Amino acid sequence: MPTESLASTGTPRPSLFQRWSDGLTGWALVGPGALLILIFGGLPVLMSLTLSFQKSDLLTADAPWVGFENYRKLATDPLFVEAIKHTLVYTALFVPGTMLVGLLVAVAMNRSLRFISVYRSAAYLTMAVSTISQGIIFMWLTDQNYGLVNAALNTVGIESQPFLSSPSQALYVIVAMTIWGWTGFAVIIYLAALQAVPVELHEAAAVDGASRLTRFRTITVPLLGPANLFLLVWLSINALQLFDEVYLTTRGGPLRATSVIVYYLWDQAFVQFNAGYAAAMAYALFVVVVIITALQFRITRKYVHNA
Amino acid sequence: MSHTTEITADTVLDDAVDDLPAASRARRLPFSLWHLVLIPLTFVLIAPLVWMLLTSLQTHAEATHFPPVLVPEHPRFQNYADAWAAAPFGHFLLNSLIVTLVVLVSNLVVCSLAGYAFARVQFLGRGALFLTLMATLMVPFQVTMIPVFLIVKWFGDNVWDALGIDHIGALMLPNLATAFGIFFLRQFFQTIPVELEEAARVDGTSRLGVLFKIVLPLSLPAMSTLAALTVLTSWNDFMWPLIVVTSTDQMTIPLGLSYFQGAHNTQWPLLMAANVMSLVPMLVVFLVAQKYFVQSVASTGLKG
Repeated sequence: MPTESLASTGTPRPSLFQRWSDGLTGWALVGPGALLILIFGGLPVLMSLTLSFQKSDLLTADAPWVGFENYRKLATDPLFVEAIKHTLVYTALFVPGTMLVGLLVAVAMNRSLRFISVYRSAAYLTMAVSTISQGIIFMWLTDQNYGLVNAALNTVGIESQPFLSSPSQALYVIVAMTIWGWTGFAVIIYLAALQAVPVELHEAAAVDGASRLTRFRTITVPLLGPANLFLLVWLSINALQLFDEVYLTTRGGPLRATSVIVYYLWDQAFVQFNAGYAAAMAYALFVVVVIITALQFRITRKYVHNA
Repeated sequence: MSHTTEITADTVLDDAVDDLPAASRARRLPFSLWHLVLIPLTFVLIAPLVWMLLTSLQTHAEATHFPPVLVPEHPRFQNYADAWAAAPFGHFLLNSLIVTLVVLVSNLVVCSLAGYAFARVQFLGRGALFLTLMATLMVPFQVTMIPVFLIVKWFGDNVWDALGIDHIGALMLPNLATAFGIFFLRQFFQTIPVELEEAARVDGTSRLGVLFKIVLPLSLPAMSTLAALTVLTSWNDFMWPLIVVTSTDQMTIPLGLSYFQGAHNTQWPLLMAANVMSLVPMLVVFLVAQKYFVQSVASTGLKG
């Protein structure tokens, strides 16, 4: 709960002068930040909306109104539908995959041992690696001719795979590389949640004869709820916005097999110069993100009440 | 990290160890059996980075040998010099430093001023303005990027061309303040006992004086956390630079690296050397200030 502000802590009502002076000070202090955020975060939301009803090539000032044309096109564009499909497949694999890997690593690292902070640092480290560095490393690891992964497959008798150059495999390679990149993030969240589990609950249950597995299932897992929910939402929102790795490793290919929503959107806006159409696409994405965020708020509130 | 929780972990998750017949004796070993799980696990997690480092020291012949040569026979440090000479990495590095530094300082100053006002000063329209700013947090970058491109172009054409398209100014301008930064610092400022400030106010200290002499010195952990998050986001940002910058001399590290990758896409040792060089600054900062990076992740969501 926020503590009360200076002017309302039970002191007598401030004088008119005081209120005017506070008003000016307040606006002067928030002014720079508010102005910047409104210009670069607020105004563009409205501009994007109007742009989505226009035909614009970004370069010339001429942008005729086309009504709902862009949105109508969206519904029937096979390339957009395809991009949605790829995005959903990616999200459905990446989100649970990252959560599972993050939880396993966090559980393994949630104990007091010598060098535990070294292990944890190593796990967190993936977070500092940029998407581009990560993409280059995984392109090399999964290289069709000289890659380490293919060498490993060969030693167990599996022939070399084309990976990123195969339309049927490229998306899964991107899933794997982004799971690796987000592991550090998920581990931090899960470790924080695991460490918040009160030890008294476990002690009480142990006295009553509950086994370790039972205690993990009935005490730890339910208390991980908020962390699970947060990761589910946060990772989903990020998954829907996948771009960097696709741009770097496949440019949406091969044969558009990794063309995800934001890649297609970027291509439409800044390569094909269909800015109006891209804006409509961005708004469609926006609606989905808002729905996910709203769901999170609702569910979080429920959790807080139950906790 | 409280000591109670560590006990929790062991009591809950030692099943694997317990199932071993030697479990009771394992407790008397000089080391925990968990190291046998954690060492391979950690190795798998950092293997991609290790492989990058090893490849960066290989000759082209070693890198294009199959099955791969794991450890280069004569580490070839020349790859680093070659990569550095093959693309303006000095430019990339300098641009990244400038952009990150400007964005960092601006965010700390602007967000703490605004965060303080939202936490402590009563002014007309405070609630509405705060809600409006926070609403922008929900908007994905893809929704705003096209108009921001147009706005930045306008600034370049009408205000100062160093802020416009294809200048590093365009990389800073839209990121000088964030709604998250304001929100985050406001939440922290509200936890500082207001009595401390009231005493100073009674003594005639101005609002700014209170902010700089009392509130900010007490807020160093929060400021450091926000700083870590800002540095990480700014340094690794890729999509926005890709959209506004095309000249190599204006590129930041991720964009420059991607450009370099496009130009040398089969020269793996060179690519890996370039990759190592571009990763080192961030990894060093990350390891030195790890506590704050960890804190910044935990603060992105769990505050609700």
